[in-house]
Amino acid sequence: MRVKVDADSCQGQQMCSIAAPEIFGSDELGHATVLIEGDLPSELHAKARRAQANCPEDAIIIEE
Amino acid sequence: MSTLEENAGPVNDPTTDYNIFDPEFVRDPYPTMHEIRESKCPIAHSNRWGGSWFPTRYDDVVAIAQEHEIFTSRDIIVVPRAAAQAEGPYAGVAAPPITSDPPDHHWHRRLILPVFAPQSVAKYEQGTRDLCNQLIDTFIAKGEADAGTDYAQQIPVRVIATMLGVPTEMADEFTGWVRGVLEVGLTDPKVRLESRLKILNFFRQQLDDRRKNPREDDLITDLLNSGDKYPVTDQYVLGVCNLMLVAGIDTTWSAIGSSLWHLAQHPEHRQQLRESPEMWPTAIEELLRAYSPVTMARIVDRDTEFQGCPMKAGDRILMSFPAANRDPRQFDQPNEVILDREHNRHVAFGSGIHRCAGSNLARLELRVALQVWLERIPEFSLVDPASVTWAGGQVHGPRICRVRF
Ligand code: HEM
Ligand code: SF4
Repeated sequence: MRVKVDADSCQGQQMCSIAAPEIFGSDELGHATVLIEGDLPSELHAKARRAQANCPEDAIIIEE
Repeated sequence: MSTLEENAGPVNDPTTDYNIFDPEFVRDPYPTMHEIRESKCPIAHSNRWGGSWFPTRYDDVVAIAQEHEIFTSRDIIVVPRAAAQAEGPYAGVAAPPITSDPPDHHWHRRLILPVFAPQSVAKYEQGTRDLCNQLIDTFIAKGEADAGTDYAQQIPVRVIATMLGVPTEMADEFTGWVRGVLEVGLTDPKVRLESRLKILNFFRQQLDDRRKNPREDDLITDLLNSGDKYPVTDQYVLGVCNLMLVAGIDTTWSAIGSSLWHLAQHPEHRQQLRESPEMWPTAIEELLRAYSPVTMARIVDRDTEFQGCPMKAGDRILMSFPAANRDPRQFDQPNEVILDREHNRHVAFGSGIHRCAGSNLARLELRVALQVWLERIPEFSLVDPASVTWAGGQVHGPRICRVRF
């Protein structure tokens, strides 16, 4: 599983980093960044899905 | 159409006649929101207060927030402004970026975002903690306090004053001005205009001062000096200062107040937070969801039909983020506060291009205020639930909330 953030949709409210601080961080504007390049370890898959479900802008893309 | 008397009177059917300033609705809006949401008209309309639409379902509120070309932010106050307000020396001063539409909205917002990023607001944590402790020092020995006036109300105004580099000793004045714009002033146009003038006169002086005496690491100085990157005018900088004061105080104060009001009545939640501190981040989001303080407005740009509702150019829409956040279509058991709620896509901070720029600061203040309170005052209860007073309309939260400990 890999995650990406659609920069055009992200409004930077960090619901993703609250749900999954291991996976998401913030750039200098407060928009989401992905901290883990490449495949996510399997123990983080559930958290990635939760972050995706909690993003009110549908900005998180998960590729499996 | 802008005073309490003109708009009073019993509400028979909230789907055609809701009154956002009805005392019962101000105190507890959720039953009315539920009634509208589950009726044939989940997007209600009322002629009171100049007329407005009132969507109550999560999907509708979010869809309108995302359609910013049709549903503009020309005016975001929940009642029409008094005619006089458009005149006077500050006629052109708005509250960017909240009142801006694209394309200008982009730079209006871009310019202030860096000060609100999580890593930037972290530097206010210790100061906020110290402030909360000092406030509690003043009343802890008495065994009783007003969690609204003595505590919640005192915190955000000082944090914002620090951020803007203006005197924190003026906190009471700032609070009075902001209430004049967002609370009392909504139903009293004269108070609204006077308060607005006080805010803008004050910041006009601050701008002049920063021009003469630029400061290091200072938001107002930095904004004034951003002219090389963006077409910054004094009107813009004044507008931003105006917004920071107005958007940052009542809102966060209401969130802190509602959360303390809730915790005063829920010993099991106090215990959960004591025993499982790792729950704080989700608990804060849940309290924001359940007691969302802010309702914004949109102005319809051109005649349009939305979900079968014939909306006309110029119509006002009330963006009830509080109603959206209790929609059972989006949240299981929406009226329950579940501190470790995992699925929580709440819109207390709005949705789309205007999503709250200050949310990371608001979360920090809310968390620190509640943590310090629970550390110092682990057990407390309402003195008299019936005597709690509430503000509503644009910003919903308790104002007088006496607790005993
Ligand atoms: C719990 C506290 C707060 C809540 C619930 C809240 C809520 C909101 C909401 C719902 C919006 C969207 C407005 C719209 O859609 O028209 C908004 C925008 C905004 N808020 Fe907050 N807010 C809070 C605290 C703050 C604080 C502390 C600040 C900092 C000074 C702030 C600054 C802003 C700004 C600048 C915008 C405009 C963003 C834009 O239009 O691009 N807010 N807020
Ligand atoms: S929750 Fe969504 S909108 Fe918010 S920062 Fe994360 S990706 Fe961006």
